[in-house]
Amino acid sequence: MTIDSGKIKELESRVGVEEKPLVYEIEKGMIKRFARAIGDPNPLWQNEEYGVKAGYGGIIASLNFVLTLGFGKILQDLISDPEITVLHGSTELENYKEIRPGDVITVTNKIRNIRERQGSTGKMLFVTIEMVYKNQKKELVAECRQMTIIY
Amino acid sequence: MAVGKQLYYEDVVEGSNITQLIKQPTTTQLVMWAGASGDYNAIHYDKDYALKQGLPGVIVHGQLAGAFLGQMLTDWVGDKGNISKLSLSYKGKNFPGEALTCQGKVIKKYIEENQHLVTLRIWAENPGEEKTLTGTAVVRLPSKSDT
Repeated sequence: MTIDSGKIKELESRVGVEEKPLVYEIEKGMIKRFARAIGDPNPLWQNEEYGVKAGYGGIIASLNFVLTLGFGKILQDLISDPEITVLHGSTELENYKEIRPGDVITVTNKIRNIRERQGSTGKMLFVTIEMVYKNQKKELVAECRQMTIIY
Repeated sequence: MAVGKQLYYEDVVEGSNITQLIKQPTTTQLVMWAGASGDYNAIHYDKDYALKQGLPGVIVHGQLAGAFLGQMLTDWVGDKGNISKLSLSYKGKNFPGEALTCQGKVIKKYIEENQHLVTLRIWAENPGEEKTLTGTAVVRLPSKSDT
């Protein structure tokens, strides 16, 4: 149940290296399913007509939607070993632009830094991943740092 | 905030609390979130696996709890407001079946580059009044002086 030195070395070698970009085509169903999973009844994420009246031209994605684009995949690529525990430490999001159906969002990511600490059962890693999200017009949609705790 | 009702910068009072939001996550919701978010970490839906990892049971995704705080914020700012910055620290574990009370307090309001901004401290508490998720947010609000 601990992370070995080989895996630590491999992760450290990836610090600062930009991974292959991930591309997501945003569909209405994704946005609605996401709002339903939160149990968020705000019509901005669900009701086309309401979104038009509110000046958004239709539904838009709720605030936290962008944080899930690519994150699960990025974590899986980082740690695929079921014996290793991955917990979430912190999130920092800067939000610039709404995401709407039809957008194609490109997520670029890299490990920003890794801190190592000796825990009671072995080594713990604090891995901070940096993500940049752009839409099909190359507009910056959001930027984010996610810190995960791996042991 | 009720649908259609808009909060304006002028309405905001420093030091005041914002409308709280109480959420009741269930294991069904954790599965819905796993599907919608693409986070398939089994500690959120496989009890045997969670126990093997030394957890007392399946736990609520940190990002789902974060989305509850997001819901509270977007409810508060209304249709014409938006959230520019969101910082979250996952301090403790949340369990399905336990209520999470999302809360926020206005720290300051200020105008910067013609934008009307409000900084908030936000957090979520479990039934033991433990702040399992804390953070800050900067939100942009419309002003009554906007034409």
